[in-house]
Amino acid sequence: MGEKVLITGNEAIGEAAIKAGCRFFFGYPITPQNKIPEYLSYRLPQVGGCFIQAESEIAAIYMVFGAAGAGARVMTSSSSPGISLKQEGISYIAGAELPCVIVNVMRGGPGLGGILPSQADYFQATKGGGHGGYHMLVLAPSTVQESVDLMTDAFDLADKYRNPVMVLADGYIGQMMEPVEFKERPQKVLPTKNWAIAGAKNRPRNLIRSLYLDPEELEQHNLKLHRKYLEMAKNEVRVETYLTEDAEIIIAAYGTVARIAKTAIKMLRERGIKAGLVRPITVYPFPYETFAKISEKVDNILVVEMSLGQMIEDVKLGVCGKAKVHFYGRTGGMVPTYDEIVTQIEKIVKEEVA
Amino acid sequence: MKSLYENVIVAGFGGQGVLFIGRLLAYAAMKEGRNVTWIPSYGPEMRGGTANCTVVISNEVIGSPVITSPNALIVMNNPSLDTFEPRLKTGGLLIMNSSLITREAKRNDVRVIKVPANKTASELGNDRAANMVMLGAYIAHKKVVTKENILEALKKYLGEKKMALFETNKAALEKGIEIGSL
Repeated sequence: MGEKVLITGNEAIGEAAIKAGCRFFFGYPITPQNKIPEYLSYRLPQVGGCFIQAESEIAAIYMVFGAAGAGARVMTSSSSPGISLKQEGISYIAGAELPCVIVNVMRGGPGLGGILPSQADYFQATKGGGHGGYHMLVLAPSTVQESVDLMTDAFDLADKYRNPVMVLADGYIGQMMEPVEFKERPQKVLPTKNWAIAGAKNRPRNLIRSLYLDPEELEQHNLKLHRKYLEMAKNEVRVETYLTEDAEIIIAAYGTVARIAKTAIKMLRERGIKAGLVRPITVYPFPYETFAKISEKVDNILVVEMSLGQMIEDVKLGVCGKAKVHFYGRTGGMVPTYDEIVTQIEKIVKEEVA
Repeated sequence: MKSLYENVIVAGFGGQGVLFIGRLLAYAAMKEGRNVTWIPSYGPEMRGGTANCTVVISNEVIGSPVITSPNALIVMNNPSLDTFEPRLKTGGLLIMNSSLITREAKRNDVRVIKVPANKTASELGNDRAANMVMLGAYIAHKKVVTKENILEALKKYLGEKKMALFETNKAALEKGIEIGSL
């Protein structure tokens, strides 16, 4: 085991990107993720990389487009309102099939909202925040260590699928410190970037575009993208199940809320209620199968989110009417507490008995 | 390793070093092989407003890093006492800075330790080490980390540039341990 360091989620995300071979960062500041660009602004030059604070989020995402098109490992990070500004560029990147990593450290919205944690960008992240019907692969860490591990995976997955990958965190994961180990990992064998625009000497020229004026050609292109999303759904779904074997009631939550739910589950079990947790780690592709299976064993599932109900729609698709799906959420930067979750579960259990 | 679960909220004015002693505690806990989370309040606070952090230390995987009713509370000023005293767990530990706090604790179901932190630090020649006195009193009671590991954390976080402050901070920590052990 390597040496552990005590580090904030934001800084850990920055260092993990460096360790994953990312050498380009383009972004524009916004709370609560500023430590990511701050960290990378001095770390990237140390490793021969390039950090640019762009004039806007829109400029930054197109710098990402450019570097990705040249075959570089590149990322940007922002928080909710800033991610909204990047949506056009993300759609172009998805359309042009370029690999990159986008970190969203979510804060309360809509609009400028507030700076405290939120999970209200779930729809935007998983259903295609920009236009045109594309998907990102979306990874949702729950701890600082997992943020590190998923950042490394994010770059590999982006290269594997030639697709933007989002790491969807929240303000608490960014601000929190935990001991972290930066594990040495074997280099993955990934497809060579023979599509990149990096000098066409001795080969036919490459073209990177998202413009297809011929509808038949565009349909073929979209079907190709679609097949890619199906491949992701087949190969990349990740989910944690916690104390589900004997569970009579299930909590569904991701990110920070999932760990708060774990504490609630411990309290509930001390009171004789066998609760368990299903925690999607990939929120796109979503672990529908896990929810389909679990809904054959339990009658009630409580979805808890820092929003007024977004992931619940995917949970319902997975459950497909085989269990009751309940909801509890806080919003605007308020965070659900384990006491509140315990109360909600006790209420459901009581209603069942009545 | 002995089973352990502890959580503490450290609160005071911005500039009193409450986030700093939280970090020292978290680092020391990590050195002792524990799991630990440190989470600051990062709301839109005013300069000179209140600041706080929550530290959770455990042998097991840590669930919630956010704590509703903490086992212990280290409060440096009146507003922090007003905010957090009602939230302290029954039987919990309340360490209050009696140099700045002008009222008595209202709770009678918790253990109250009064520490004249600013006065003590001032007598040791470093006004700003009041936070270390408080931390000393806390570890004297809770024994979740050793003094040695706090000192190692202090060295790390002061860095070369501020190493001149090490001795007075160490003295403040030791005095705090002494006060806390009474």
